[in-house]
Amino acid sequence: MSVAKSIPHDSGPAHVSGEARYVDDYPMPANCVHLAFGLSEKSHADFTLDLAAVRAAEGVIEVLVAADLPAKNDVSPTPDPEPMLAEARVHYIGQPMFLVVADSHLNARRAARLGKVDYSEKTPLVTIDQAMAAGSRFGEAVTYSIGNAETALAAAPHRISGEMEIGGQEHFYLEGQAAFALPEEGDVRVVSSTQHPTEIQHKVAEALDKPFHAVRVETRRMGGGFGGKESQGNALAVSCAVVALRLNRPAKMRYDRDDDMVITGKRHDFRIKYEAGFGPDGKIESVIFEHFVRCGWALDLSHPVADRAMLHADNAYHLPNAKIMSHRLRTNTQSATAYRGFGGPQGIVGIERVIEDIAEALGLDPLAVRQANFYAPKGDLTPYHMEVEDSISTELVAQLAETSSYAARRVEIAEFNARSPIIKRGLSLVPVKFGISFTLTFLNQAGALVHVYADGSVQLNHGGTEMGQGLNTKVAQVAAQVFGLGVEAVKITATDTGKVPNTSATAASSGADLNGMACKDACERIKARLVEFAAEKWGGEAIFSDGQVQVGEHSMSFAELVTDAYMARISLSATGFYKTPKLQWDRVTGKGRPFLYFAYGAAVSEVELDTLSGENRILRTDILHDVGNSLNPALDIGQVEGAFVQGAGWLTIEELRWAEDGRLLTAAPATYKIPCASDIPDQLNVALWDGANLEKTIYRSKAVGEPPFVHGVSVLMALRDAVKAAGGDTGFDAPATAERLLMAMQS
Amino acid sequence: MVEFVLNGEMMQADDASMTLLDFVRLERGLTGTKEGCNEGDCGACTVQVASMEDGELVHRAVNSCILLLGQMQGKSVTTVEALGGDHPVQEAMVEHHGSQCGFCTPGIVMSLAAAHIEGRQDHADVLAGNLCRCTGYAPILRAAEAVAAQPVPQGPDEAALLEGISGAGFTELDEFADWYVKNPDAVLVGGATEVGLVLTKELKQPEKFAFLNQITALQNIEHEIGGMRIGAGVLLARVRGAMVGKYPQFAEMLRRFGSVQVRNSATIGGNIANGSPIADTPPALIALETSVTLRKGSARREILLEDFYLSYGVQDRAEGEFVESIFIPEQGDTLGVYKISKRFDQDISALCGGFNIAVSDGIVTKARIAFGGMAATPKRAKAVEAALIGQPWNEETIATAQAAFAEDYTPMSDQRGSAAYRMILVQNLLKRFYLEQTGTGRVRVVGGIS
Ligand SMILES: Cc1cc2nc3c(=O)[nH]c(=O)nc-3n(C[C@H](O)[C@H](O)[C@H](O)COP(=O)(O)OP(=O)(O)OC[C@H]3O[C@@H](n4cnc5c(N)ncnc54)[C@H](O)[C@@H]3O)c2cc1C
Ligand code: FES
Ligand code: FES
Repeated sequence: MSVAKSIPHDSGPAHVSGEARYVDDYPMPANCVHLAFGLSEKSHADFTLDLAAVRAAEGVIEVLVAADLPAKNDVSPTPDPEPMLAEARVHYIGQPMFLVVADSHLNARRAARLGKVDYSEKTPLVTIDQAMAAGSRFGEAVTYSIGNAETALAAAPHRISGEMEIGGQEHFYLEGQAAFALPEEGDVRVVSSTQHPTEIQHKVAEALDKPFHAVRVETRRMGGGFGGKESQGNALAVSCAVVALRLNRPAKMRYDRDDDMVITGKRHDFRIKYEAGFGPDGKIESVIFEHFVRCGWALDLSHPVADRAMLHADNAYHLPNAKIMSHRLRTNTQSATAYRGFGGPQGIVGIERVIEDIAEALGLDPLAVRQANFYAPKGDLTPYHMEVEDSISTELVAQLAETSSYAARRVEIAEFNARSPIIKRGLSLVPVKFGISFTLTFLNQAGALVHVYADGSVQLNHGGTEMGQGLNTKVAQVAAQVFGLGVEAVKITATDTGKVPNTSATAASSGADLNGMACKDACERIKARLVEFAAEKWGGEAIFSDGQVQVGEHSMSFAELVTDAYMARISLSATGFYKTPKLQWDRVTGKGRPFLYFAYGAAVSEVELDTLSGENRILRTDILHDVGNSLNPALDIGQVEGAFVQGAGWLTIEELRWAEDGRLLTAAPATYKIPCASDIPDQLNVALWDGANLEKTIYRSKAVGEPPFVHGVSVLMALRDAVKAAGGDTGFDAPATAERLLMAMQS
Repeated sequence: MVEFVLNGEMMQADDASMTLLDFVRLERGLTGTKEGCNEGDCGACTVQVASMEDGELVHRAVNSCILLLGQMQGKSVTTVEALGGDHPVQEAMVEHHGSQCGFCTPGIVMSLAAAHIEGRQDHADVLAGNLCRCTGYAPILRAAEAVAAQPVPQGPDEAALLEGISGAGFTELDEFADWYVKNPDAVLVGGATEVGLVLTKELKQPEKFAFLNQITALQNIEHEIGGMRIGAGVLLARVRGAMVGKYPQFAEMLRRFGSVQVRNSATIGGNIANGSPIADTPPALIALETSVTLRKGSARREILLEDFYLSYGVQDRAEGEFVESIFIPEQGDTLGVYKISKRFDQDISALCGGFNIAVSDGIVTKARIAFGGMAATPKRAKAVEAALIGQPWNEETIATAQAAFAEDYTPMSDQRGSAAYRMILVQNLLKRFYLEQTGTGRVRVVGGIS
């Protein structure tokens, strides 16, 4: 067995030795040029440029503006335009206006600051309120609904209403955006730190006015992506390709960290307004949500992000009557983009807030309200009219409540709080139900290319990209499983548009689901040929295991079989393909089946809050998470732990702030703080739920990248519990910084 | 010309203002060391630097992105490549699944390897300066625990290698003092944890530098009659050590000052001279009635540290004058130090300060209070002090004194905190101090001294 084993990340040894290579680590030819963008200092203005000083600066080879680009000036991931270099008008502070080509990274950066820009300023729209008032939107408001929310709300015995701001989040992938391009006889080869090599290929080809086949894009690995490298790397790759062909020299570009934080998009921040009607037991009868989504200056992926927020407005709860409205607002800020969870977490925070308010209104334990509202195992409809067929929330939460001693700790905490006037503790259990599949149905396809060499070694390529999640390890396990080999016999090479074409982004947690299946398909094709060959030659069904093949009485190593097959002129290479079944979704009407299945889980967090300062820490978190039949428990637990900490960071210390003029004030690691080692719970217990995926996914596993991010919500709600114990106002926004918490306790 | 050892090999470099990170990556092609931020915050660029301190070879993890080659004179640098791949830390990191994307990993490995030499067990502190966005740290901490018991592998004989390097740059204090009078435009470099960013982020290219870290006369901590004298060049890592037994709350604050890597580079002189209103050591030092010795050529003058800060960004320091040492007068430990920041570790403070309050027979006999982050300079709260001195040490007095903060401070709002938040905090911290002194149980969630 190769699957279901805790095999370490295939790059682990290279990571620790420093040999693992990232874009900036490739040795470059000596004539390589280095690029940097000159950035806008105004958030909304018409401008003219005087670049004489830039051109005269040390080491500068040339400077390009939009008019110098050979073809399209566009790096948008959608048909909606997004110019790479601003033309006449800028829309946010940090927008690239010109491109410096220099002999070193440092010289390019220095020169990029020397542009003289004449701005004629216009009023910027920075906040949600400003954008709403100005009607600055991407498309009309979108509404999904089920039942009759208004009527049911009016008829409900109890009602609550409220509003909450939920902050965005900087990805802070440790490796900043980077790409380089090598000119190749009029074509171009691009190496990019991207989750989406195919899109890079398309944008580069369009920018050069060349067919897609003239551009080859390669991604060995990323130093973290988290959604931030789905579309945000386009500008660097396009710049490098344009310059490489223009000068016939290699060109490299990487953003300095502060540039990266100013230029690139982040998680969408939301305002969520809500009204809910419920019974005396806390059972929800109706909910109305209004999502205000700050999308920034360009559309990017905002529609599917905002859609997914709507699709998670229910989380794990059955809402018989619901209406969810979504406003996608255009502002003069960075263009918000994909970020782990893709809007789902924001939608979930909305309903969890409602649950907490209901519990507070009724004086119930929030866990009881949650349990009263879980989807039935099957049969209930979501607000988007999909039948939930696989709900395990009730059992999973019961098990976690048991293993984490929820009830006993509730009592202990109440006792602690009664005798501790300054330090208060809080506890919360929050579930997650997360929909798996791209909501743009056509994206749910993948390809793989598998070669078996004559010595029995296997080389595998698939359309997914490796950003730390261990995708390559998992897919290699799948190949090894099919051939009955150890994973060491399988080598995965860099993702390459020349090997597997027309791929989707590695996103939506879909990497292993899609590429694992495509790989299995390819391997099974080759295996079928081997089986047929063996049956003809030795008469019998070939059985593959432990590197050996048994055919009737005849036994041989996999390598021997392969060598024989090669001599008999059997093709030992195959492509594989997979498309997710059952999907059928209409995003305009909000009806259908956008997801193949749901991943479930729950987390209990206990926190301690200092009522004098708002400082707090997480004492303990217990997580029970559903990955179906795990392909690799160690990697899955790693995803759960990492996602939880990232989710907790989002809702506590990670705060993005913009000044009134649209300047990002927290645009450096000195002011934007992600969790560090001492911020994690003193005790972090992660367990995997024991149960297979009901759908026929790769070895009945479930996707794991995004769902556990939601476990961070348990920390936010535990802080709320502590604020409540301190007699404070529980209606505070996220992130719950020490300042917010202290101010909440002033009232 | 700078001479130092890199992975056992002697190096010579001309450009003293190049960062060590650029040197190893661009000049030496050692790309295992990563650039994650280029400003000292992420630790991806961590390398290990060994040098002789008081006759002993000491290994320190430092951020190479904001270290200048001029600081490397006479030191021995080890990058991840030299660990060989089979160092116990490296093996434990693989076994415990401590890497995901792997970009932070070489820096984490170097931090853990340096801590391993010292036998440190405070793994979360060791890693405070190493950000990892993927793992959530849990597997890395498990790896750190697993490796603690293993023996330290033998590296090259660095002490012998260092002996082969002859001195360069300033080593004599008098010589430097005279030179600086004549070259007052030179940028003084202590640990470069501020100066480094001037180069990497502001992209300035100063012409002249003076590296102070070879001047042994600035590196001393001396226990004199009447108090403790600390040379301007003393690393904050060593200041912390000196404070542990003396003013434990000061030491606890220093535990949270920057990170291991920052404290292994940054000097107390740099923190004081830099003049930032949110520098962490000046307020507590002011509360301790610390004085500072300024030196110009052969002339010295000693002033109270609180008088050194004139207004925002302006200090009482003449051209060609530098900070030579500070002096903390001997006193009983009645000091409470509080640092409030968005993140506990490695974060610049929203406010930081100290209460030095002595009580005798239930009456406040001494009160010196100073905070950073509350005004344009580190500033004493004299109205609060006045409201306390001579008063009974009780809740009523505290309440009166809390109100007096409004006379002392008009804080500003920025991304680290609003004015209102800062004011409530400083008032509440006085209460915290009172509660800690009167001992009614734990009143902070992190770093309380029991
Ligand atoms: C990641 C990071 C985290 C940080 N965290 C903190 C923190 O928690 N708290 C905090 O207070 N600061 C923090 N800092 C700021 C900085 O580390 C401190 O101010 C540090 O003490 C500066 O010391 P240095 O020796 O590195 O100074 P340098 O950068 O070498 O010098 C700073 C300034 O002082 C001048 N100078 C240096 N020595 C002398 C001298 N003897 N006489 C006169 N002038 C001199 C220099 O010319 C320069 O202008 C942090 C910095 C970084 C990069
Ligand atoms: S690169 Fe981040 S600390 Fe040096
Ligand atoms: S493993 Fe990716 S940042 Fe640490």
